Amino acid sequence: MARQEDAPPPAAAADAAAGGRRGRRGGREGLNPPSWLAGGFLLPALLLLGFLVVYPIVYSVVRSFFDASGDFNGLDNYTGVFKGHDNLVAVRNTAVWVVVAPTIVTIIGLLFAVLTERIRWATAFKLVVFMPMAISFLASGVIFRLVYEQDPDKGVANAAVVAVHDTFAGKTAYPGAGPRAGQDQPVRAEGSGDGVPVVTTKPVEAGGSALLPLLRVKPEYLPDKPVPARTAPAAKPGQITGTVWFDFTKGGGGTPNAVDPTESGLPGVTVQALRGGKVVASTETRADGTFTLAEVPPGSYTLRLPKDNFTAAYGGAEWLGSTLITPAIIGAYLWVWSGFAMVLIAAGLAAIPRDALEAARVDGATEWQVFRRVTIPLLAPVLAVVLVTLVINVLKVFDLVFIIGGGDPNASVLALQMWTKSFGEGDQGTGSAIAVLLFLLVLPAMLFNIRRLRQERK
Amino acid sequence: MRISRRLVAAAAAAGLVASAAAACGGDDGDKGGASGGTELKGVKIEVAAKWTGPEEQNFRKVLAQFEKQTGATVTYASTGEDTDAYLGPRLEAKTPPDVAILPQPGLLQQYAAKGQLKPLADDVVTEVQKNFSPYWKDLGSADGKTYGVLAKAAYKSIIWYRPQALADAGVQPPATWADLVKDAGTLQDAGTTPFALAAASSDSWTLTDWFENVYLSQAGPDLYDKLAGHEIKWTDPSVAKALQTLAQVWGKPDFLAGGLAQATKTKFDGSVTDVFGSNKAAMVYGGDFAAANIATTKAKVGTDAKVFAFPKAGGTAPALLGGDVAVAMKDGKGAMALMKFLASPEAGKTWAGIGGYLSPNKNVPPDSYSDPVAKQLIAQMQAAGDAARYDMSDLAPAAFGGSPGKGEWEALRYFVQHPSDVKGTQQRLEDEAAKAFK
Repeated sequence: MARQEDAPPPAAAADAAAGGRRGRRGGREGLNPPSWLAGGFLLPALLLLGFLVVYPIVYSVVRSFFDASGDFNGLDNYTGVFKGHDNLVAVRNTAVWVVVAPTIVTIIGLLFAVLTERIRWATAFKLVVFMPMAISFLASGVIFRLVYEQDPDKGVANAAVVAVHDTFAGKTAYPGAGPRAGQDQPVRAEGSGDGVPVVTTKPVEAGGSALLPLLRVKPEYLPDKPVPARTAPAAKPGQITGTVWFDFTKGGGGTPNAVDPTESGLPGVTVQALRGGKVVASTETRADGTFTLAEVPPGSYTLRLPKDNFTAAYGGAEWLGSTLITPAIIGAYLWVWSGFAMVLIAAGLAAIPRDALEAARVDGATEWQVFRRVTIPLLAPVLAVVLVTLVINVLKVFDLVFIIGGGDPNASVLALQMWTKSFGEGDQGTGSAIAVLLFLLVLPAMLFNIRRLRQERK
Repeated sequence: MRISRRLVAAAAAAGLVASAAAACGGDDGDKGGASGGTELKGVKIEVAAKWTGPEEQNFRKVLAQFEKQTGATVTYASTGEDTDAYLGPRLEAKTPPDVAILPQPGLLQQYAAKGQLKPLADDVVTEVQKNFSPYWKDLGSADGKTYGVLAKAAYKSIIWYRPQALADAGVQPPATWADLVKDAGTLQDAGTTPFALAAASSDSWTLTDWFENVYLSQAGPDLYDKLAGHEIKWTDPSVAKALQTLAQVWGKPDFLAGGLAQATKTKFDGSVTDVFGSNKAAMVYGGDFAAANIATTKAKVGTDAKVFAFPKAGGTAPALLGGDVAVAMKDGKGAMALMKFLASPEAGKTWAGIGGYLSPNKNVPPDSYSDPVAKQLIAQMQAAGDAARYDMSDLAPAAFGGSPGKGEWEALRYFVQHPSDVKGTQQRLEDEAAKAFK
């Protein structure tokens, strides 16, 4: 596998190059050992390097021109990477990763570095932000898999979202509850789907009573101490009475659409009397499920339990659904890597000459101008190194996607495809092709870093 | 992926071993022990299997009995999770173990094609014929030669349920698919979500097991075998019928704990704890190995967690198995003697008495099982007789039947999300199958 680590470490390569040049510049060839001796000393390292790095790269390249069973198939493996829905999704996701993740991590790192420079507990703060780096990617993946868990009772992300939502939206009394299915029921759902109003099938006369049985009430929404439902007392003239209750006897055996002794009333349900589509009277049910609509003019009415009673409980965002899954995993990546960017940038910041900043301030620049026109240009080399290092890192992001995505093709990236193709499906040709592709993508970034290091040495 | 299932199976044995330990003491004493056979004195046999922990200890006890009977010395080597990664290099180096136990029949075919297995001796084949139905013999055969003995099985035609939830709703465990759907409706009326479904990409093998149970039940074993070998296409009407049947459960988000959004992200262990840990649903699919997951909750297998047979959706009562196949990799008296022992009812009885074990061997009576749930399962399995089948997705190439986010797994996951798109799902299944079966 030609992963990025397999390429010669930049420092070593730069060292060798710089060392050689220094030797020549100094013009002291006489002190250099004879070349056979130098070669002899280098041999073990060269052998190791060749065996562990060069050979795998070369073999990966060769292997990438053969299909799964080892027959030559030219460039098919390479073109195959850009064919088919799942592969294209992986390519797209890799592009999103490379553009978004390093940028945001660098920005956040820069913010943290600049902001912590002035505070007292800077070291403690930096320590905390850097802490996630000490946790393995695999463990971070497991942690964030839990954070993004769909059930708000388990996933902290959705727990927070639901808590905020419910603060503003108010809670529904009985999410998911509804009438019994089938014809000839006393109540029916108005429309279909979740959270629709429930209305009486037959009109109710003023001075009459109605029964409004409901089913599918989840135990967690029932009152802590349910009061048995009661048939409503006969209505006085100008009133409509009735009962809204959970028409299911525990253990089965109750009479449908009749108030059985152990069935519990549903308190807090809004009941409306409708005439010609207009709400004439409105009330809420009591603990035993009974209600009284007072001051109803004579005539016949439809009773309605508005949909607010039944709207499905808000379940939070679908973090690991097809749209949000890649941003969600990038979020986990930020958590891990922000500290790394911050520490590097803070080190760069400490090296900036103070007098440049002071001079700008004396010249009357605002703090923003100082930051924008002086700090950032002076920091640019460090920012570039951080950004490029992160790009290299992001190209081979695997663990987080593997763990949090759990194999979901919507989350896939090239590095993960490489692994699944080679070892999940046993197609090492395609796997090698992806590896070579990643290697080529990493190469410019590597060269950039090497050049920078060389320049710094000059 | 397979790994998770195997891990779970390993842990399952841990769960069952406690109850087994008590039962094991009261056994009828080792019949072979008294004689202390010497026919293989001095012969050394090496066995490799993936089992570790309690599963390994149980297997060692079975091996100990063989040692006592024959006088041979048996050493055990653990292959780790990836059996092929362990055996492959040893086969290359021509130093394989005498007997290896393979976690899937696909490996047997692979090794047999390369000529790396030794065919069973005639007396062992006779023993296999005596104790196993022809289907299991064929599963251990390649090119007309018999190589394997199905040593240990996992039973997959069951649904786990919370008895309290069913009692509260006043329903009995269903026997047919129609009853299952009806009971699910009643449970829902009572305010209990009927099912927890594990349809996360990583664990969509549960969906393939649902499908296989329904398909085997409706289409019967013959069509099942054809579909398993991709002799009929996935666009076949029988597949459409099975999918339509499944849609009666999968297609109702209200039936699934947390609705569709949650079900498509629920892992297998999560689905089990949803039912037995947090009481969010009443029923969950899982093989006998789910006992290990239940053991992590407060629920007790047998009282708070029970099983019923996967309901009949058609003419056949489904009986679906997974399991481990023993093969001989070296010539020699020792290897064959051990294979014969593993095919015998005696080994099965010993193992069943220890626990954490199910055998497809029809001459191991249900009474020999120490664990009550195992007794129930084995009775079901033996009732199915020759109609029992091996898990179809485990017989298929891994790219189709064993990869998260791909092949059959993801196609069925698509179906959970689009339950009305039967045609589209079939096309996806067929496209993926055509790619994998080349």
